[in-house]
Amino acid sequence: MSSLPPYATTGQRIWFYGFRVICGLIFFFLIAPIITIIPLSFNAENFFTFTPGMLALDPEAYSLQHYRDFFTNPNWQQPLWNSIKIAPMATFLSVSLGTLAAIGLSQSHVPFKGAIMAILISPMIVPLIISAAGMYFFYSRIGLQGTYLGVVLAHAALGIPFVIITVTATLVGFDRSLTRAAANLGADPVTTFFRVQMPLILPGVISGGLFAFITSFDEVVVVLFVGSAGQKTLPWQMFTGLREQISPTILAAATILVSISVVLLATVEILRRRSERLRGMSPQ
Amino acid sequence: MNASSGSENFVVFDRVQKSYDGETLVVKDLNLSIGQGEFLTMLGPSGSGKTTCLMMLAGFETATHGEILLDGQPINNIPPHKRGIGMVFQNYALFPHMTVAENLAFPLQVRKIGKSDQEAKVKRALDMVQMGDFGGRRPAQLSGGQQQRIALARALVFEPELVLMDEPLGALDKQLREHMQFEITNLAHQLGITTVYVTHDQTEALTMSDRVAVFDDGRIQQLAPPDQLYEAPENSFVAQFIGENNTLMGTVKEMSDDAAVVQLDDGEVIDAVPVNVKKVGDRTLISIRPERVEIDKNRLHPEAHTIKAEVLEFIYMGDIYRTRLRVAGNDNFVIKTRNAPDQRRMTPGEQIEIGWRPQDCRALDA
Ligand SMILES: Nc1ncnc2c1ncn2[C@@H]1O[C@H](COP(=O)(O)OP(=O)(O)OP(=O)(O)O)[C@@H](O)[C@H]1O
Ligand SMILES: [Mg+2]
Repeated sequence: MSSLPPYATTGQRIWFYGFRVICGLIFFFLIAPIITIIPLSFNAENFFTFTPGMLALDPEAYSLQHYRDFFTNPNWQQPLWNSIKIAPMATFLSVSLGTLAAIGLSQSHVPFKGAIMAILISPMIVPLIISAAGMYFFYSRIGLQGTYLGVVLAHAALGIPFVIITVTATLVGFDRSLTRAAANLGADPVTTFFRVQMPLILPGVISGGLFAFITSFDEVVVVLFVGSAGQKTLPWQMFTGLREQISPTILAAATILVSISVVLLATVEILRRRSERLRGMSPQ
Repeated sequence: MNASSGSENFVVFDRVQKSYDGETLVVKDLNLSIGQGEFLTMLGPSGSGKTTCLMMLAGFETATHGEILLDGQPINNIPPHKRGIGMVFQNYALFPHMTVAENLAFPLQVRKIGKSDQEAKVKRALDMVQMGDFGGRRPAQLSGGQQQRIALARALVFEPELVLMDEPLGALDKQLREHMQFEITNLAHQLGITTVYVTHDQTEALTMSDRVAVFDDGRIQQLAPPDQLYEAPENSFVAQFIGENNTLMGTVKEMSDDAAVVQLDDGEVIDAVPVNVKKVGDRTLISIRPERVEIDKNRLHPEAHTIKAEVLEFIYMGDIYRTRLRVAGNDNFVIKTRNAPDQRRMTPGEQIEIGWRPQDCRALDA
């Protein structure tokens, strides 16, 4: 951390410390709610608050019962499986289509690039409830409302903007002469894509895919509109669980979701560092 | 030109034109035949269309008009990956995620060459550029000169008959550049490869090439072997672009096929070789190479023309002396004399007499 230079004015001093306080507050508000649910999920009682036993660190006050409930209760198991079936498919579609779209839009000869980009990104900007309502009416017409495919397609549409944005960002640094070199060496466009372009934009593709996955895994509004009871996902179950059967199992579910996100993010970061090393962008 | 090989017309540009925006022609009416095994250099100022020509040949740009033939076949409709032309890119374009050996194996893999054959060829190519021990490294772990050699090896490993190089030595320091110039020409001649080389370094063009095509403004201004280009430039652009050149302005007074009499702007009358002046009365630019100007009366050719000059500046450059004179109103008339034990050092302000043979004095378009 940089320290304050001796010639700093009073204003600079105030800003120097003020800046750190602001950062601390932001982190606190963002992270504290997430951190607190973790110990709470090990509560031995059916309460949403810290019991006196927990505060006294009494081992008796902690238990895994909510996790047991989560992994045995069909009310939770069915949504878990639905989420596991929906999110990867939606991610796969988002990544394939989003990557192709980003590559297409990075070519200089494509007309109306700005407009096409804006349309593809719009699911990220338009309020979710509006997208959801639109999809509901549209999917009802074509018979996709209440189907597995419908939910997958809807989530793919939500994930595509993330993939487009991250892949476009990696393509900016991509040296076009590499694809020319590959063609010159005799590789057809498909080989060039898989052997040269894809490995180099992979970090962007993976982080886009991660965002798409998490979007689908966390999403509740669109699935409420487009899905039916058969497609009830984890967030949906948590949402109804909060209103109807207030059980701390929801905290166990939340902790598991947080862990999955953390593990995924860590994996991606490790992959990204590795690929940067391969590209020679950071010291060996 | 390499006498051992067959075709004189291995690569042909036939009335090729290129425009990027549909309005301005970047390449205007390019006609060029390159023989098999020839080392041809495209030389010209920035923006003169050299890279564009190379890109059309490699297939990354399409000609707006005209036809490009490779070994007799029109290639306008062949995609780049089927042309089988090797290319060394200006920034090397090595694949950063592959090792050196994988980079070299890439063109062999896409050609479905057997594993053991691949290894043998990669090894041979690496040895050829003296990089045999570097197969396991990644491009980011190599110096600029080493990357350059790998790029060269990769362009040659699949044994193309034609190799294109776009300013491949631009990023190297002088010493390494000279060394690589030597290696590239050696390799090209040894392997009998036809090479099209782009540079805007004229020394590089003169030392490496069988023939040089001087580009300006989308046209070839002159296409000739290096010595002819230097000694017999066909127009004032080439004369001024290649090497150092003294110019004097004048008007043609008399003219026959091989001799012209020119009156310089200060009234002095001299003999010159008419190159591309057409008739009496034309304005002309007289070109004389600095090293062809003689200051020692005893060594002057009997037919030589002499003229008065005033020394303005004397510069010691080690191997040679460079003296700036005022001649016929031109303050930038430079002569070069060898730093020999008996060579005279002139002092500014001195009045001297200089001379040259009429053959060395060329009357060009003004
Ligand atoms: N992709 C392009 N789109 C539009 N104009 C271009 C394009 N590439 C080149 N040009 C223009 O064409 C002209 C010739 O460019 P080219 O790259 O062939 O020059 P060059 O002789 O290789 O120059 P240099 O020595 O600087 O590399 C230039 O005026 C340039 O601005
Ligand atoms: Mg160029």
